Amino acid sequence: MTNPISSSRLGMRLGYRFNLIGVSALGILLLWAGVALFAPQIIPHSVGEIVDTDYFGPVSRDLWLGSDYLGRDIFSRILMGARYTLGISLAAVSVACFSGVALGMTAAVAGGWFDSMLSRFLDALNSIPSKLFGLVVVAAVGSSIPALIATLSVIYTPGAYRFARALAVNVNTMDFMVVARIRGERLPYLIASEILPNILGPVLADLGLRFVFIVLLLSGLSFLGLGVQPPYADWGALVRENIGGLPFGAPAVIFPSLAIASLTISVNLLIDNLPRRIRDRSAE
Amino acid sequence: MRGQVSSLVVRRLLIALITLVIVSFAVFFATTLLPGDTATILLGQSATPEAVEGLRKAMHLDDPAIIRFLRWIAGLFQGDFGKSYANNVPVATLISGRFINTLKLAGLTAAIAVPLALTLGITAAMWRGTLYDRIVTVGTIGIISVPEFMIATLAVLLFAVYLKWLPALSLTNEVKSFHDLVRIYAMPVMTLTFGVSAQMIRMTRAAVVETLNTPYVEMALLKGASRPRLVLRHALPNALGPIINAVALSLSYLLGGVIIVETIFNYPGVAKLMVDAVSTRDLPLIQTCAMIFCLGYLALITAADIIAVLSNPRLR
Repeated sequence: MTNPISSSRLGMRLGYRFNLIGVSALGILLLWAGVALFAPQIIPHSVGEIVDTDYFGPVSRDLWLGSDYLGRDIFSRILMGARYTLGISLAAVSVACFSGVALGMTAAVAGGWFDSMLSRFLDALNSIPSKLFGLVVVAAVGSSIPALIATLSVIYTPGAYRFARALAVNVNTMDFMVVARIRGERLPYLIASEILPNILGPVLADLGLRFVFIVLLLSGLSFLGLGVQPPYADWGALVRENIGGLPFGAPAVIFPSLAIASLTISVNLLIDNLPRRIRDRSAE
Repeated sequence: MRGQVSSLVVRRLLIALITLVIVSFAVFFATTLLPGDTATILLGQSATPEAVEGLRKAMHLDDPAIIRFLRWIAGLFQGDFGKSYANNVPVATLISGRFINTLKLAGLTAAIAVPLALTLGITAAMWRGTLYDRIVTVGTIGIISVPEFMIATLAVLLFAVYLKWLPALSLTNEVKSFHDLVRIYAMPVMTLTFGVSAQMIRMTRAAVVETLNTPYVEMALLKGASRPRLVLRHALPNALGPIINAVALSLSYLLGGVIIVETIFNYPGVAKLMVDAVSTRDLPLIQTCAMIFCLGYLALITAADIIAVLSNPRLR
């Protein structure tokens, strides 16, 4: 899977051996990040403006990806949608991984009843199917953007916790941990300065995978009409509002899905092709 | 040694039971977080305070949450799921027919996905590193990375719009012949099969590859066994435990997939009922559907764990 096809010049300069697939995946991700940041400046038409007299219009020179169910420019709407899909997912994955990893390291170092109670509770939360969890919570707290971020982070915290705890338990048995304990170091120092640097690589790779899960779940919820609400639209919501164009094979249904696929496949490929020095840092 | 296995299994079942209690707790309290008073929602804005007060009393809404939770659990055990808020029909009546529909969909998918995934997963591991293996691996990564609704919309686009072979909607009450059955189930089952098999292929391949790396397989290779014999006779019996484990885990993916697939194809199953209940905020219906899904999911992952224990020869 990971045999390098050719090392790129960029990778060499950074001192890592990146292969071609990894670099192109990174390129696509950076492109989407740029789009999300500068969307208002680069969209050719306003997202609310009706620019086509026909609905579900075809690809043309003016409307690059056709028009949507109201005759709005779908290219502009996808560029703006990147802000919601990327922004919400990134916020959620940061919160989920930060709290999951912090709790996981604390549990591994503290041990005892704190560890077993927390593990039992979070494992139980982990055994609720994520889409169902999303449905129930959205039914309860509604689907404003802060509520969505909170819901998505709660759903993916247990997984991040479990992963980080498993890694931290291994580090915890090392001699340098015993030395640090004998020195009389306290918990915050132990987790921040002794454990974290040793598990950082795998934790970052896990963050990437969890980002993919969150993008997929968010898109799924939006597709069901329970995620991002109009007038805002993320990519899942764009598919939902244009689903009526399916019988005509409208480009408005296909391109938002392709945008999601390009993002998630790129993250997966990037993680699969990460240089070993980053991915398996704890193994050294 | 036999005692050790049974104690491990009992321990796992006990954990599942505790998990179920925590899960039902979570489901109940998540749904009671709903802003606004249930009685007011039911009676509408124009209800008099007396009417709201009366309904609150009749529905025991003034009791502490823990009492309501215990009453709800007791009801579940007696088969009383409460009444739907939206149309005042017992939840059990609403669910029963739909539950069978969902089981049919899941059963058909499993019947197709399991043999397909095992064949592809094992053969990919058998010819590891070849072009065939690469195509299977890249294909499964692709499918896992895209949302289910994308597979579903592409299937509709291809088979209903361009080729015009299949209808885009499921209407199960119009089944008159085997031909109708195939036409209606083809696309939902196909979409689910894609997702479930992709997971299963990856895990099966990994399990077989792992056993292929063991010294006894190398020994078999050295004595001149052919590649199919190497895999089928030497590696597969030892990979069987992890493979069955993978099958059970991947089938739990069905529960998530079915929510999207039933909605997009308008299939009258429990998941569609639940999505509708969420949009009408019909609490008893959401709670019961959620419990059905959690129970199914928990049963599958517990089964996967127990199979992993039972198939470990060192414990037997």
